[in-house]
Amino acid sequence: MNTRFSWFNVTSIVLGFAFLYIPILLLVIYSFNDSKLVTVWGGWSTKWYEGLLKNDALIDAAGVTVRVALVSATIATILGTLAAIVLIRLGRFRGRTLFSGLVFAPLVMPEVITGLSLLLLFVALGFDRGFWTVTIAHATFSMCFAAVVVQSRLLDFDKSVEEAAMDLGAPPLRTFMEVTLPIIAPAVISAWLLAFTLSLDDLVIASFTTGPGATTLPIKIYSQVRLGVTPEINAISTVMIAFVTVGVLLASYMTKRSSMLREREKRAVDAGAA
Amino acid sequence: MRRWYVIGAPYLWLLLFFLVPFFIVFKISLSEIATAIPPYTPTVDLAEGWAGFKSFFSQLDFENYAFIFSDPLYVGAYWSSVKIAAVATFFTLLVAYPVAYGMARAPKDWQATLMMLVILPFWTSFLIRVYAWMGILKKEGLLNMFLMNMGVISEPLTILNTTTAVYIGIVYSYLPFMILPLYSSLEKIKPSLLEAAEDLGSPPWKAFWQVTFPLSLPGVFAGCLLVFIPAVGEFVIPDLLGGSDTLMIGKTLWSEFFNNRDWPVSSAVAVVLLLVLVIPIVLFQRMQQRQQEAAS
Repeated sequence: MNTRFSWFNVTSIVLGFAFLYIPILLLVIYSFNDSKLVTVWGGWSTKWYEGLLKNDALIDAAGVTVRVALVSATIATILGTLAAIVLIRLGRFRGRTLFSGLVFAPLVMPEVITGLSLLLLFVALGFDRGFWTVTIAHATFSMCFAAVVVQSRLLDFDKSVEEAAMDLGAPPLRTFMEVTLPIIAPAVISAWLLAFTLSLDDLVIASFTTGPGATTLPIKIYSQVRLGVTPEINAISTVMIAFVTVGVLLASYMTKRSSMLREREKRAVDAGAA
Repeated sequence: MRRWYVIGAPYLWLLLFFLVPFFIVFKISLSEIATAIPPYTPTVDLAEGWAGFKSFFSQLDFENYAFIFSDPLYVGAYWSSVKIAAVATFFTLLVAYPVAYGMARAPKDWQATLMMLVILPFWTSFLIRVYAWMGILKKEGLLNMFLMNMGVISEPLTILNTTTAVYIGIVYSYLPFMILPLYSSLEKIKPSLLEAAEDLGSPPWKAFWQVTFPLSLPGVFAGCLLVFIPAVGEFVIPDLLGGSDTLMIGKTLWSEFFNNRDWPVSSAVAVVLLLVLVIPIVLFQRMQQRQQEAAS
């Protein structure tokens, strides 16, 4: 598209990003506020962060959340990658339409429905609610996001490399491990990160599927948020934001580097061919 | 034969944890509330064999649905959820379009960074982003303080716990979902088309409405579905930003389940919500499939 980049365009981008970022920025700034009143600035302080370290219930909840996120993101990435391969590489098979429906529907399904239906399933199966039920629930909805991420990478890579490996006698599993997987690795990593943060953030589905001893951080934060705005919540929110931001920036740096390396290899090959 | 192993794992997982649960929700929506574990009746008694199944089916009925449709609270909640989601989707489009348009026209080497900046808030917790607005919108909050210091208003405005706050919350939280599809369809438009329109004497605004906008419609459509469908069933935003008069079905379902502990009625509420959303969800599905087919 880009033709002329006018003042109107610059202004709308600046205003749009201001709208997206100012609320988060204010939240971060006020987490360092010395005053208990949220809107009165009482000078800089880190006392709310020190308070967090003493709050055992909060630290327990953070531990549960991270464990759920690690396990569910790993399951989601494996299943999501398989689902993407099925959709892009395996062509038509019986039940494909239902399958692609099952992969895409959870992306837009209201969380209250997903949460309620999973809970009723767990009750019907007689599962004890707790760590594993939340983990299964998170793996289920985040595998669909993982599938979308991996799928877009599979769509734009050159299939002939895979075919060459097969022609040279590599069995499908070996072709996948030695050719396909290294090429889609950056997408698989970002799929894992996406699944991880989705799990870290989820309140609604976790509330339905959790049980005793598996209170996650968002559930804990939500129960406090309902009582009003406090600097402690600002502090814990800032910690979560920082955590996720560093992770995402790191991942995007890695993806960028690997795509640059790939580009360089390609140029070397082209030069060799010429 | 081996490909069935690859297909099998994700397929079985989704069947068991996504499709089967809907049938269970439907079944329980036909049950009655009971003070038992699980809190509904009837349950199938396998020990009684065929007779157990028979008595189980004879006890199912549509009473919960009759209850939902006769109670103005539920009907009102469905209607106002759809209305609030539709209006909020429209505002999201209004805010997102100029941003996506600007991004598509930005110098090529900025675009990756701009994309990254749009996606980044999406990675931070939804709950935290909604919470951030509580501190801004409340009566003694940052927005009122700012406006009063500027001398724009003399009395603080009541925004938090109103439907206006819900609109702001939805537009804010779902903005990236609208910007991204808009940007990707705007970015594909060839500059030569606009140059042609210009060469043929079309003023810029006319070229926009007759060339750019129609070509961006797939993005508009995709963005609107991505915002509208989840917004209808939204719980966190109406719960934290809305007031007692903001009726939304996600909140009703939540309180029916967690406060009244009425599993059968909340199941029926979920089934009807799914029926309300069936058309947009099918449209979304079709769109995804078409994209996939076009690309492969």
